[in-house]
Amino acid sequence: MTTIAATAGDMHDHAHDHDDKPAFFARWFLSTNHKDIGTLYLIFAIVAGIIGGFISGLMRVELAEPGVQYLGQWASYLQGSPATLDESYHLWNVLITAHGLIMVFFMVMPAMIGGFGNWFVPLMIGAPDMAFPRMNNISFWLLVPAFALLLGSTFVPGGSGLGAGTGWTVYAPLSTNGSVGPAVDMAILSLHLAGASSILGAVNFITTIFNMRAPGMTLNKMPLFVWSVLVTAFLLLLALPVLAAAITMLLTDRNFNTAFFDAAGGGDPVLYQHLFWFFGHPEVYIMILPGFGMISHIVATFSKKPVFGYLGMAYAMVAIGVVGFVVWAHHMFTVGLTVNMKIYFTAATMVIAVPTGIKIFSWIATMWGGSLSLKTPMVWALGFIFMFTVGGVTGVVLANGGVDDNLHDTYYVVAHFHYVLSLGAVFSIFAGFYYWFPKMSGRHYSELLGQLHFWVFFIGVNIVFFPQHFLGVQGMPRRYPDYPEQFAYWNEISTFGYVVMAAGMLIFFVNIGYALVAGRRAEGNYWGEGATTLEWTLSSPPPFHQFETLPTIK
Amino acid sequence: MQLFSKSGLKATPIVTALLMALGVMALSIAPTPAFAQLATESVEAPVESITDAPVVADDSGAVDAEQSSAQGSYTPMKPVIGKGMPVDSTTKPLESIGFQDQYSAIGRQAESLNNILLVVITLISIFVLALMGWVIIRYRAKANPVPSKTTHNSLIEILWTAIPALILVFISIPSIGLLSKQYETAPAGSLTVKVTGYQWYWGYTYPDNGDFEIVSNMLDKDEAAARGEPFQLAVDNRMVVPVGEPIRIITTGADVIHSFAVPSLWFKLDTVPGRLNEKVMTIDEPGVYYGQCSELCGARHGFMPIAIEALPREKFEQWVLAQGGTNGDAATAQAAPADDNEAVETDAVETAAVDVAAISAQ
Repeated sequence: MTTIAATAGDMHDHAHDHDDKPAFFARWFLSTNHKDIGTLYLIFAIVAGIIGGFISGLMRVELAEPGVQYLGQWASYLQGSPATLDESYHLWNVLITAHGLIMVFFMVMPAMIGGFGNWFVPLMIGAPDMAFPRMNNISFWLLVPAFALLLGSTFVPGGSGLGAGTGWTVYAPLSTNGSVGPAVDMAILSLHLAGASSILGAVNFITTIFNMRAPGMTLNKMPLFVWSVLVTAFLLLLALPVLAAAITMLLTDRNFNTAFFDAAGGGDPVLYQHLFWFFGHPEVYIMILPGFGMISHIVATFSKKPVFGYLGMAYAMVAIGVVGFVVWAHHMFTVGLTVNMKIYFTAATMVIAVPTGIKIFSWIATMWGGSLSLKTPMVWALGFIFMFTVGGVTGVVLANGGVDDNLHDTYYVVAHFHYVLSLGAVFSIFAGFYYWFPKMSGRHYSELLGQLHFWVFFIGVNIVFFPQHFLGVQGMPRRYPDYPEQFAYWNEISTFGYVVMAAGMLIFFVNIGYALVAGRRAEGNYWGEGATTLEWTLSSPPPFHQFETLPTIK
Repeated sequence: MQLFSKSGLKATPIVTALLMALGVMALSIAPTPAFAQLATESVEAPVESITDAPVVADDSGAVDAEQSSAQGSYTPMKPVIGKGMPVDSTTKPLESIGFQDQYSAIGRQAESLNNILLVVITLISIFVLALMGWVIIRYRAKANPVPSKTTHNSLIEILWTAIPALILVFISIPSIGLLSKQYETAPAGSLTVKVTGYQWYWGYTYPDNGDFEIVSNMLDKDEAAARGEPFQLAVDNRMVVPVGEPIRIITTGADVIHSFAVPSLWFKLDTVPGRLNEKVMTIDEPGVYYGQCSELCGARHGFMPIAIEALPREKFEQWVLAQGGTNGDAATAQAAPADDNEAVETDAVETAAVDVAAISAQ
């Protein structure tokens, strides 16, 4: 990354002149300000994360020991009448579906792209705002009805019971003639709105990054977080329309007698899986690439050293994005692919390990020879690097189609993708949050609580997910509300880990509350010499409008 | 290393994969058996009509056998604890962290590949952890107050691109060998068993033996305990097959997608409505091998286990007779054309689209 020397102009002198914020309703509900919209996204993501995390708690409690202990009560409570066994089991499927969709579409994506992307892409490229501020606003506000539709679907019939119980993948024909009732329609419309929101956001980011960089900031001088959001935006733009098409076909199969995925009408259920995973695989990179960008900044800042191999880092992300589009069928190794397809998708999937390895080693090389200070964002970043490595190498195991024949749809897969998402993407979100929280709020959090949050959360999620590898190799399938008692031991430990993790989250919320009420005021560049990008040339929080005089980059 | 001599010699598919990995569009080289044909006319997924199917059978298989046939005899085999089922993690936590013992050649080959992978990924993880540990200790601010400004080193960047790529090539050789092995087709004349996934039970049809169908439901807790079988794995009627010979498993789904999975045989194949998937299964030892549905299929997805019982050939034939089926090619030829929609000839299954509806909608 190039070191940026900004001539911030005279904005500080005039900041108070331009800091006339609109009144509350106009500011937060009719917002065109990228920082306010970013804040809205972050608040939305936190709310969704609490709900999605609560659901995972329900699941871990139910799985703590063999037998179905709570689902019947919960289902009865939900529907207001005594629940049958099938209605209880259906509730389980509703929980896994809601947890997956909420965490993917309403927590990770809004936090990374909507939250940090909106806040820091314009700041880092020296732009006054996003290219399309009003479109930015509708991107956010589309998410609210989307989330309402998804949550609302829980209260209407969806087949065996209330709610959509199709899994986040919404596979046909379970999602078409296998789920009678409006719940799945509502979930599909929710995905449509969330998808439209993301496509608009992607258009906005691409336009902003291509057209609004400060004078002198060529693509090859752009901060890596901006690179990561640019690649992510292209993935969104290319992948989400395919999802939109696939789920529209689901809707018409459900409601208008089409038969795209209905074998009885000449359609094919596997076609849906191809379309879904053509979106779904880039989606997993959509969830992790902005994290890569943030980690690069954090590692460089706390090593007091520029990022090692800047161009390699940028092009590794581009390579991951491109290759990510041609590996989708590794999610479908057991559907009955031909041997050639399976060999191809095995080989292509393993290729992704190369650019990912480049990133891991470049982060370590960035630290090598540096002067490391292990502040809260840095410990999260270090945790990310190692946990993402662990999740990545189990991905190499799963990439082998022949081995996947046993591991497919077992807890090994659950462990794998939670290592790259729950310990990867979520760690990078926390790293970014602690890195930029004082910049966004103007107040410091407690360093002690931040460190404590890391260690409790780190230990907790590892206790949750590491034993799930064992369950997976022993053959415990995913998406089961109950299991043979042979699997009891590691399930109990996994549930114990959830309690530790939840305690870690309490520390987080206490820390945020403390910072907002009593936190020390933050100066403009509170990380010192290691922090070199343009947002550090501004006050904390930045003025309501910034860079009215464009900075120039040498 | 033994793995390479067994499986690594299939040069053409390896070349295929490497070329493809480089982005070259390689043409099909490896043999492509016809899997997964789309049926021309297909299943009317009877979602509503079958939900009232019994989950738990009232009577045991043994009783069935006595009633159904005077000729054959069959008593369900007692499972051996720990064989063909997960290890009890509560009593043996350290033995429950690996794969179930494998009872097929393909399973052992796959497990040995996994063992290689496990070593590789463990070493990589430890290597990364060690580098991070070194960096944290050696380059912490107190130990190294003045940071270097190095941002490039072409040699090391080439190395950390090339070495992982070589490791992947090293992995891909046995991996592709395993894949080709898994796709070897059953020889002509092999027994065919058609597995149909229903919401929420399994159907096993024996087209070579008079085309009878075994309906397999999960046993409730008391019944499983009475039979000395693990609850949630035990079923009323098992899929019985001969041991030691290749069996052609054909799967299809009657309503939604299910997945027929048996961990101790390294076997998993989705049952997709409108498609026929095929895969060979060879079981080394007599025994009972349990599995569970492995594709989300609705409310009772977790409660449609699989149990396969492998028996010596003559006992298997006894079992067939007990089910009212027939043994031998002549019998098959007579039994099969009973309904001319039922394309049970295995050659036909392999080469042409067949009428799934007729087979499934029984």
